[in-house]
Amino acid sequence: MSLVAAELEQRGISTVVLQLLRLATEKVRPPRALMVPFRHGYPLGAPNDPELQRAVITAALNLLMDPSLKPPAIVEFK
Amino acid sequence: MGDLSEFPLKYRIFLKAYRWRRIDPVPWAPLKKPVAQSRLVLVSSAGIVTSEQKPFDNSIRGGDPSIREIPSDVDVSTLIETHRSDAFDHTGIRQDPNLAFPADRLQELSAAGIIGSLNHRHLSIMGSVTAPGRLIKRTIPQVVPKLVEDRVDIALLIPV
Repeated sequence: MSLVAAELEQRGISTVVLQLLRLATEKVRPPRALMVPFRHGYPLGAPNDPELQRAVITAALNLLMDPSLKPPAIVEFK
Repeated sequence: MGDLSEFPLKYRIFLKAYRWRRIDPVPWAPLKKPVAQSRLVLVSSAGIVTSEQKPFDNSIRGGDPSIREIPSDVDVSTLIETHRSDAFDHTGIRQDPNLAFPADRLQELSAAGIIGSLNHRHLSIMGSVTAPGRLIKRTIPQVVPKLVEDRVDIALLIPV
């Protein structure tokens, strides 16, 4: 997904990618990544938990609007 | 927690030895306008398809590099997860596809004015692609002109 993000970003589309595995994120270096503290298969936290799912998405979108970030930006979801 | 310890031994060994492609230089497209005025596309790598679409082909060596377009107003309960990896628990996504393909959540955020608009098509690919060359050099370049034509400003990418 990080490689896809880079391809989109190169073509002028701003991206934010959720990430589950820090090892991969640090090695690949996507432009903007939100590290989430969930296990694989559960990128937005929990099924049937709209509030948590919206909170993760909103945190990801907020990275797009943070002028202090520089690439590669890797931010933890809290 | 999303770290190596959650995987069975064979995957831990594979992931430690895997030659990750390093993005260098890292491209950067700053947001041109606030998210509340931007058009968003969702890209999920959970191997999600609609009931009319072909499942992803898990027999392709290196991973299925194809892509599916999924309408952003899809009935999420009808989506089918065709990711066959045994490296993670599929139960949550099968209970609620929004967990990895949050079309409902995006509709809500758009209705609330947090996102300007949703692209009419979202995108679905297969994760665990160990040989990403075909996906990155062939599939994605074919789809990008559509997103440009759609006037997409931002992409939210969700792995599984």
